[in-house]
Amino acid sequence: MDVMPKWAEVILVPFISLLLAAFISGLVVFAIADVPDTAITMMDRIGARLDFVWGAAKLMVNGALGSTYGWGYTLYYATNFMFTGLAVAIAFHARLFNIGGEGQAMLGGLGVAIACLYIPWPHWSVALIGAAAMAGLFGAVWAAIPAWLQVKRGSHIVITTIMFNFIAASLLNYLLVNLMRPKGSMDPATAHFREATNLPTLHDLLAPFGIAFSKSAPANVSLLVAIAACFALWLLIWRTRLGFEIRSYGESESGAKYAGISPFKITMIAMIISGALAGMMAINNVMGEAERLVLNATEGAGFIGIAVALMGRSHPLGVFIAAILFGFLYQGGAELALWTSIPRELIVVIQALVILFTGALDNMVRMPLERMFLALRRNKAAGAN
Amino acid sequence: MDYMTLIQLLDSSVRLATPLLLACLAGLFSERAGIFDIGLEGKMLAAAFFSAALASVTGSVWLGLLAGIGASLMLSALHGVASITFRGNQLISGVAINFLAAGMTVLIAQDWFKQGGRTPSLTGDARFEGITLPGADAMANVPIIGPLYSELISGHSILVYMALAAVPLTWWLLYRTRFGLRLRAVGENPAAVDTAGVSVIGLRYAAVAICGILCGIAGAYLSTALQAGFVKDMSAGRGFIALAALIFAKWRPWYALWATLLFGLFGALETRPDVIESVIGMKVQGQLLGALPYLMTVIILAGFVGKAIPPRAGGEPYVKER
Repeated sequence: MDVMPKWAEVILVPFISLLLAAFISGLVVFAIADVPDTAITMMDRIGARLDFVWGAAKLMVNGALGSTYGWGYTLYYATNFMFTGLAVAIAFHARLFNIGGEGQAMLGGLGVAIACLYIPWPHWSVALIGAAAMAGLFGAVWAAIPAWLQVKRGSHIVITTIMFNFIAASLLNYLLVNLMRPKGSMDPATAHFREATNLPTLHDLLAPFGIAFSKSAPANVSLLVAIAACFALWLLIWRTRLGFEIRSYGESESGAKYAGISPFKITMIAMIISGALAGMMAINNVMGEAERLVLNATEGAGFIGIAVALMGRSHPLGVFIAAILFGFLYQGGAELALWTSIPRELIVVIQALVILFTGALDNMVRMPLERMFLALRRNKAAGAN
Repeated sequence: MDYMTLIQLLDSSVRLATPLLLACLAGLFSERAGIFDIGLEGKMLAAAFFSAALASVTGSVWLGLLAGIGASLMLSALHGVASITFRGNQLISGVAINFLAAGMTVLIAQDWFKQGGRTPSLTGDARFEGITLPGADAMANVPIIGPLYSELISGHSILVYMALAAVPLTWWLLYRTRFGLRLRAVGENPAAVDTAGVSVIGLRYAAVAICGILCGIAGAYLSTALQAGFVKDMSAGRGFIALAALIFAKWRPWYALWATLLFGLFGALETRPDVIESVIGMKVQGQLLGALPYLMTVIILAGFVGKAIPPRAGGEPYVKER
């Protein structure tokens, strides 16, 4: 029997973890706040710092959600995080920790670049399908090797995927500097993709409906693909036999084996789906935004996937919400760095705190809550007697 | 390649291997006690910042070193609380620590020094300078042995010699003391240690603390000896290379020395492509050399060349039976 009711498990625990992370982030901003020289007394200084924290929060909300331009960036980042968050989530369901989303997304970028540069696509819609397939394939291969090494050779998937992140970075560095860079260009990046492969932005998509959306924001049609991926993953995990097998394997490896589920098959399939999802992030950042492949195109989105999956409790709907929250943090943080003395690294700190409280310190939040619910239930039982 | 080039190459290998060695031994203590630590990188980075910051403010590199060790210990304590007390996922805790350090160092550096996330350059007593060993200058002109002694063996900072001394010390502690036996046992079979009446939690916290101290020294070396001051993300993946070296070394102290020296050599060669070209007669891409430690780790871990078997209870939180 579960100690906690379902709503507490699904909503209360993540909410308290998030509150803790937000509170400590607030403390950090409080500590590094700019205090004007006019504030002399202790109370003045504390007041000025509190004002600064409040102002910073308002700036983030306004910058990320106050205009269609802000929304365009928030949703663009959120699209990245949906793909990488889903990638980490599906692996979590099979109790595999795929820390290699970053490398898989880099390889996905390579797949998109090859598809867009060397195939003459007639229209963006066909190009999108082709590029997504290539990105998924490249990402899946980069995840399948560590998966295979784990099942067949017993090497720990976490270590191997970390190593594969570095190997991917070296590989891309080599390819961009030595092979894919156009002649005469000093920039370690590929040539710009052709016009036919450029994806429509939200501005283009919403204009026929009479909705005016910022022209310069990078959110594009990939957002719809990401939302579709969330839905498809939900179907897969909770409505198919394969999803059931993945979840049973994650719950208990020995139990799953006893039921005739092959660990090899589940590990490989879960990691291939995971890698493909991480790789498909590239249709957003490489094809949708940059329209060419640059060095370090992923900008750490693969790692944010970990925070997103943890916060979303590995549920596609949770991942969707968490991705939008992180998109908001990313865009808000960028605005903050633009207008105040707070560096962009504040987002990295918030991300660390979210991972810490929703992931590593999960029991710290859960244990007292469980005790509370247990006491409540006992009281109720005593009252009934 | 002439003799002097070789000496110079080995000299910079030793310099680059030192932080790897310290971090590798740090990971060795932690993982031998059954606590996975992918937060070596973050601890080094935090230590690098706080040692440079304190050294720059006080002018004393030794106070800086203490501050670095203190910062690294704080993160170790966090890792301990998350993974030992609250039995959380050790890998996730490590990831969180890496990001926490990456973000906080820049935030604090910007707040304190306002130089775009770096500390002021360190000079004089605020840095660990090279030590000239006795007789090094006199020996310098002796053929063969002279340069070997005066260039390669002498002239490093005190932290390099401390790191080298840490290898036999670690070996002795792990294999010749009661504490070491218990520490290794707690990483293989914690239940047995518990049955013997020894505290699993106490031992694991001790191991994590030693790991923190060593990472602290490694970080201080980065910012106060190898370079003169802290810059953003200066650990640059060294924590992960140390992790790779640990696997390469099969969780053993002497092997850790050879593995980190080898990876240090790769690092030194990366900056001297001309040397490789003259030795093997063809051009090797710098990126390949950079990726080599990671590639070798994957191959070793997969057991294609010798098998690396991690401590059996690694990554598993210990739940006492009632």
